[in-house]
Amino acid sequence: MFFFSQFNQLIIMNKNIDTKKIIISNPLKLDCGKEINNFPIAYETYGELNSEKSNAILVFHALTGDQYVSGKNPITNKDGWWSYVVGENKPIDTNKFFVICANVIGGCMGSYGPSTINESTSEQIGTDFPIITINDMVNAQYELIKYLEIEKLFAVVGGSMGGMQVLQFVANFPDIAKLAIPIACTSSHSAQNIAFNELGRQAIMADSKWENGFYSNYKLNPDKGLAVARMAAHITYLSEKGLQEKFGRKLQDRDSLRYGFEADFQIESYLRYQGSVFVDRFDANSYLYITRAMDYFDLSKQYKGNLSDAFKKTKTKFFVISFTSDWLYPTSENREIVIALNSIGADVGFVEIESDKGHDSFLLDVPSFLKTLGDYINSTYKIINERRI
Amino acid sequence: MKEEFNIISNLIGENTRVLDVGCGNGDLMKFLQENKTKDIRGLEISKEKVQNCLSKGLTVIEGNAESDLKQFPKSSFDYVILSQTLQAFLNPELVINELLKVGKKVIVTIPNFGYWRVRLQLLFKGTMPVTENLPHEWYNTPNLHMCTIKDFYNFCSTKNIKIYKSIALKKSRISEINKSNLNYKNLDSHLGIFLIES
Repeated sequence: MFFFSQFNQLIIMNKNIDTKKIIISNPLKLDCGKEINNFPIAYETYGELNSEKSNAILVFHALTGDQYVSGKNPITNKDGWWSYVVGENKPIDTNKFFVICANVIGGCMGSYGPSTINESTSEQIGTDFPIITINDMVNAQYELIKYLEIEKLFAVVGGSMGGMQVLQFVANFPDIAKLAIPIACTSSHSAQNIAFNELGRQAIMADSKWENGFYSNYKLNPDKGLAVARMAAHITYLSEKGLQEKFGRKLQDRDSLRYGFEADFQIESYLRYQGSVFVDRFDANSYLYITRAMDYFDLSKQYKGNLSDAFKKTKTKFFVISFTSDWLYPTSENREIVIALNSIGADVGFVEIESDKGHDSFLLDVPSFLKTLGDYINSTYKIINERRI
Repeated sequence: MKEEFNIISNLIGENTRVLDVGCGNGDLMKFLQENKTKDIRGLEISKEKVQNCLSKGLTVIEGNAESDLKQFPKSSFDYVILSQTLQAFLNPELVINELLKVGKKVIVTIPNFGYWRVRLQLLFKGTMPVTENLPHEWYNTPNLHMCTIKDFYNFCSTKNIKIYKSIALKKSRISEINKSNLNYKNLDSHLGIFLIES
């Protein structure tokens, strides 16, 4: 039996990453019943907080994202995951806004997660890490906002699991954000999405190097399982049309079929590559914990089956966005959020953006999405500031 | 356009809650926001137009009035506006009923098919009318259910819909419509504006 009091004074040695990090000393009661305290939250900020503290935007990342929204990610040396949206002269312009993003708890980029080292054993926590939920994630991030001494956020924004956090954040803290933009998400994880997540988890747990989650004790990594999980998930982020147009039946570095199980097709090679680069930057246990948190997400259930009640106390303005080819978080599920908000007379805008790029559209260069999002944020910022004057 | 906006604006009370159904690029919303009330929402079926509205910071939802008005609670708006769109619906009667549920009062404006210029085209040219107000040809028009001022007036009395105010517009000339001048206004106006309640 593992007692959480044991790692109250844990030391952070997470891959020697030089990340911004705070230790949350307030105890946080998790949905699973356990309590954590003195745990780290790693975060990054972009732009400057203005003197009125009125230009802060909290961005929530998706399943495999991290705090490195924009610029160069120091771990991967690649562009931040939302470089199309956040940065200088981007839709969320860091010349104007102060952007904050934290690594979720359960993650593997410096925040408290299964790869955090337990001081008393000097080993990673592994699957002794408690089950966490979307609710736990936003409650932890609220502590960061308090630490930064920001009373009001101009906006909370996020796509996919980031969108779920947007919804949960507004439900939990109804008078903090003036604007909420949930993108390509849902208020309740569907059977299909739970099924895909379970497929990924089973791939990881079927890897003999998983060792019930204590692979680091044996200097092992269930990288094959994690790569398969990523490959399967990656397909769900694209669209059939997008895949067909990009890859079709094109062959990889060969003129004819080899009659074997090598990657004959470009799509195979592409997926193998996606799997192999993912295992270098992501922890298999984090993948288990975060997908579980997504599966457990059911905001309407938290409010006894009435999603509208989640937003009854808030005056936050909402802007919900979905994409035509997103079959993972389809427009119908995004619309349910809009309907729940309309039924209580909340201030909500909604558009379904035309795109062939599937669920991943929110991360990619989709001009009408980037333009609408940017214009909306800037106009709304102007309107809200004018009203104040 | 400007005259219609002014008339609609004059029908609306200050700081009331307004929904503009078929709000297009949000010109009327913007006009009312500057002149009458900040609390205004829009519903629009065209993605491109919805994006234009959102870009201006307007609160607009992509949706179809025939199916998506249901999500708003009863009497949740002081005024619901339907500007020159009624004729484009598959089922205008259903839409009017939905509007009357959602709004305490409803403003409907109607491009008048009874206007003499429209009538003359059919009478003398023998072709479907194409005017400044009705610019489409018969084969590409979005207008499925054209009606006249008189048609809408009669519709309201048949369906027991209360007409608070009915205004006729010709160019920029504004006049009231009543039972005794109905035939004349139906001939001499290009637009009818009705303030109704169930």
